[in-house]
Amino acid sequence: MTGPNGTGKSSLLRLAAGLLRAAAGEIEHFGGTALAAEQAALDSDATLADALGFWARLDGVGQAEVERALDAMALAPLAPVPVRLLSTGQRKRATLARVIAGRAAIWLLDEPGNGLDTASLERLSAAMTAHRAGGGIILTATHQPLGLDDARQIALT
Amino acid sequence: MTAFTAILLRDLRLAYAGGRAWLPLVFFLLVATLFPFAVGPDGPLLARTGGGALWMAALLAALLPIDRLIAPDREAGVLDQHAVRGISEETVALAKIAAHWLSFGPPLMLAALPAAALLRLEGATLVRLELGLAIGTPGLAALALTTAALTAGLSGAGALAGLLMLPLAVPVLIFGAGALGDDGMGALKLLAAASLLLLAIAPFATGAAIRAGRS
Repeated sequence: MTGPNGTGKSSLLRLAAGLLRAAAGEIEHFGGTALAAEQAALDSDATLADALGFWARLDGVGQAEVERALDAMALAPLAPVPVRLLSTGQRKRATLARVIAGRAAIWLLDEPGNGLDTASLERLSAAMTAHRAGGGIILTATHQPLGLDDARQIALT
Repeated sequence: MTAFTAILLRDLRLAYAGGRAWLPLVFFLLVATLFPFAVGPDGPLLARTGGGALWMAALLAALLPIDRLIAPDREAGVLDQHAVRGISEETVALAKIAAHWLSFGPPLMLAALPAAALLRLEGATLVRLELGLAIGTPGLAALALTTAALTAGLSGAGALAGLLMLPLAVPVLIFGAGALGDDGMGALKLLAAASLLLLAIAPFATGAAIRAGRS
């Protein structure tokens, strides 16, 4: 999804996530959903591994999935570091790692490239490509190209 | 591990690791220490009024961490992530009530032992106080969580929470203090009823407040 600020991209993602109730129409989910929004939803005093581990337990996946996600986002060396010490970009990658570790079929990503450097954007693109290759679906609101040239584009105005 | 257990353990870890759990305990003991200075060293007077003062301290101790119960999770998007996973707001509320109670109820019951000595409470009164705290503090925890959910995100939430919660806690306070007397069994039963009522309503009221705050 692309479009100027305030056109409802984030609201549409929150609708898809079931966080807002639609005034009209219906939303049906076929599979688990994971949301990466502006807030990281990671305990600031916990280590990155523990903070992700909490969500992994709720998602019913093991620590191996957390480690795989940390590797995918090049965060493995930061696993023992408290979340509050992470930079903005690292926190963003940690948010994406939470989504990757959850193994949900549907990813809802709100501006996933914000705050990421070039190398991190490439890792994000690789993770998204791998998810789609595995049969997953991604709905993302973005202002920047994410290397998904074959993706269907929805322009909100 | 169920969602209830995972959320309960996380909240307990946050409460104890963040030092939040010690605040009500320290406050409770401070009241017990300072009360004799205010009333004077009159043993019988302390024994007669000390139990009520401890109940008042318990009520305020439940209120102390109220701004940390819901608002931080709401701002950090944690409550949204629970909802995305299909975990009902009522389950989240129930786990948070249990965690809040475990972080202040049992520690307060332990602190009541030295506090009772400071206030010269008799053994029988102490037993009734402990029993009352065991029965009444879960209700206070439930009330604190609902108040926290209702005021989360509002400016001046701390003061507003006090104004909201204290009047609603009056029955617990009356029956809790009433149970300290020799014929306190009736008050203890009414305290249990009030506490159970708060526990029964709180998950639904808290859940509704979380949902309302989201939209």
